[in-house]
Amino acid sequence: MYKYDEYDHRIVRERAAQFRDQTRRFLAGELGGEEFKPLRLQNGLYIQRYAPMLRVAVPYGMLSSAQLRKLAAISRTYDRGYAHISTRQNVQYNWPELSRVPDILDELAEVEMHAIQTSGNCIRNITVDQFAGIAPDETVDPRPLAEIVRQCSTFHPEFALLPRKFKIAMTGAREDRAVLQMHDVGLELYRAADGEVLIKVWVGGGLGRTPILGSVLHEALPWRHVLTYIEAIVRVYNLHGRRDNSYKARIKILVKALGIEEFKRQVEAEWVFLKDGPNTITQAELDRVAAHFTLPSYEKLADQNADFEAKLAAERGFANWVKRNVHTHKQPGYRSVTLSLKPTGTAPGDITAGQFEKVADLADRFSYGEIRSTHEQNLLLSDVRVADLYTLWQEARAAGLATPNIGLITDIICCPGGDFCDLANAKSIPVARSIQEVFDDLDYQHDIGDIELNISGCMNSCGHHHVGHIGVLGVDKDGSEWYQVSIGGKQGNDASLGSVIGPSFAQDEVAGVVKRLIDVYLESRSPEERFIDVVRRIGIEPFKTRVYADRQPGKQQKEASNV
Amino acid sequence: MSNLIKYINGVPGVVAEDAWQVAHLPAVTEEVRKQAGKPVLFKLTGAETATPEQISATVIPAGKVLVPLTVWQARKAELAGRVVAGEIGVWLETHELVEKLIESQQDLTVFPVIGVHIERFADGRAYSMANLLRTRYGFKAELRVFGDVLRDQLFYLRRVGFDAFEIRADRSAEDALASLKDFSEPYQASVVIDQPVWRRHARG
Repeated sequence: MYKYDEYDHRIVRERAAQFRDQTRRFLAGELGGEEFKPLRLQNGLYIQRYAPMLRVAVPYGMLSSAQLRKLAAISRTYDRGYAHISTRQNVQYNWPELSRVPDILDELAEVEMHAIQTSGNCIRNITVDQFAGIAPDETVDPRPLAEIVRQCSTFHPEFALLPRKFKIAMTGAREDRAVLQMHDVGLELYRAADGEVLIKVWVGGGLGRTPILGSVLHEALPWRHVLTYIEAIVRVYNLHGRRDNSYKARIKILVKALGIEEFKRQVEAEWVFLKDGPNTITQAELDRVAAHFTLPSYEKLADQNADFEAKLAAERGFANWVKRNVHTHKQPGYRSVTLSLKPTGTAPGDITAGQFEKVADLADRFSYGEIRSTHEQNLLLSDVRVADLYTLWQEARAAGLATPNIGLITDIICCPGGDFCDLANAKSIPVARSIQEVFDDLDYQHDIGDIELNISGCMNSCGHHHVGHIGVLGVDKDGSEWYQVSIGGKQGNDASLGSVIGPSFAQDEVAGVVKRLIDVYLESRSPEERFIDVVRRIGIEPFKTRVYADRQPGKQQKEASNV
Repeated sequence: MSNLIKYINGVPGVVAEDAWQVAHLPAVTEEVRKQAGKPVLFKLTGAETATPEQISATVIPAGKVLVPLTVWQARKAELAGRVVAGEIGVWLETHELVEKLIESQQDLTVFPVIGVHIERFADGRAYSMANLLRTRYGFKAELRVFGDVLRDQLFYLRRVGFDAFEIRADRSAEDALASLKDFSEPYQASVVIDQPVWRRHARG
């Protein structure tokens, strides 16, 4: 993975010093709350319900074992012994004290980490396919360019105060696992016939209040122009985005208002002046960065392993885990492994200090000391020998990290919601828990098969509910918490936005509603059909009919009973 | 002392006296517009907000004066002599387009100063405007920012090409000077430091 040189170190140290002084001035009353707000946000610091929340950047989800140990130590010293993996592959602390955040930044800087631009109206952390570099369907490893884009967007002087946040995702695989179409800019790397790396540029996707899937802005951008092309896009956005209304301030609204053709014309007109300028990437710079992402020294192995096969046949628990949590790999004899942070009864994505350390240890022993965070809020060991899978499973299981539910209904994407977040309209963690409890039986989960259930506590959509096969959204109605349910959303190449099935539900109804949706699916499916396939084939009506069959849901039910 | 930081021969300092005055449109009472229940704080780019009455009633005092873009556009002929004398500059609001200035005056070298007024510090349009003035339109003389100008934005303002900063009146310009040194080796190319770090130094 990328290792800092003196310039990276210097920038991160100077940032920590800058933020220490800003915090000092704020606490001394020299800097007003409104003035401090964008400064702290661009350093990942939110003022939450009970305490500040600090979001630490994990650029494109790559972590080393040393970094995990530091994250564990920070959670013990400055927080309550745990942290949370966010849907932008970042790490969040829920209980730090504001006055000690500068110390946390100093500690992070020691292991080449920071909290730069993890929030605020600026270019945010860049996310990539969690299987970058190891996926069999990948043609270009997106991480070197992701690192170059990260550096260029870090403290970019022209784009620090945009109309709204700006998110970039990248992939170099055939299957889109980075949800490009829900990003402000999505970069799809591929190879031309002559081997040159080209980029299909998507623009104007986003979730939130007005979910929109992105449109194609450029079919074949040569890689060396990616920075100047992004600058052209962001400059048009910076000058013309809707600053008058924060709900309409994302680039998706501008793209929609102008139409993709006119938006493209404006970007191209801007790009004429930037193209081939100094931010054009040189081969030497790409090579320098790419050298950090070379393959580990894989052993030459057969892809099959007799011991492994024997264990698989003998132990059903192991087989279940392999089926769900172990993934194919470019390199014969190797697999990647998802460590589930979704056991029933734990807030999805939460991890304790002890688990961090255990994962660091497992990574050192079995996966070249590297770990990845995923936008589905789990951790991934990228390069595990097939022969080591059984030992790894046993140890991960003992640490509570081997729930065999990846891609199943209990592998819920869920924001922190009203338990922590000040923006939330409703709690999300208890809803996730109630659903996990209903579907806790493993055979039942495996029978239901591939499904994505995403929960957001408010319209900001951190839990990506719009692209969940089942999406749950917390809404506020006259001061009480209700939940809107949608179905038919999907991430990936054939991404779609879910449709709301009808009036919203009380918190204790949601799990039952999900159960009915699943019942309809199980009754309607043909053998190879996933939940999403059935929704696409039969539409939402049969689901809707079943859910609302015997009662008026939610508020109406309550009102009816009062009559 | 003024509250104006200026780069003189590449060195920033607080200037003792500022020779330039800023002419403003006469104030009118604007009704507070609301969007999504919140007051609208930022005008849309390209919105025409100055009335002909305001433009004609704008007082342009003697001496060196920065005039609003709309006044410049409408009353350019009247100012011709003073332009030759080097005592007229133009300032833009962040919702005004740099292109409008260029339409009315292709040769920017006639202005000793161009200003950009930032009504609210969170308005990032000023940064792209400065970049355009410096790089696309080649403006070389003083580029001044005034209004809600605070030390924590100073480093960025400097990098996009401003070289004069009128710090908000209730804050110390002397204190603000320190923030011009927040970062020593930025990653990307911009106006000031016009090469990315990998072109400035051999890395790795």
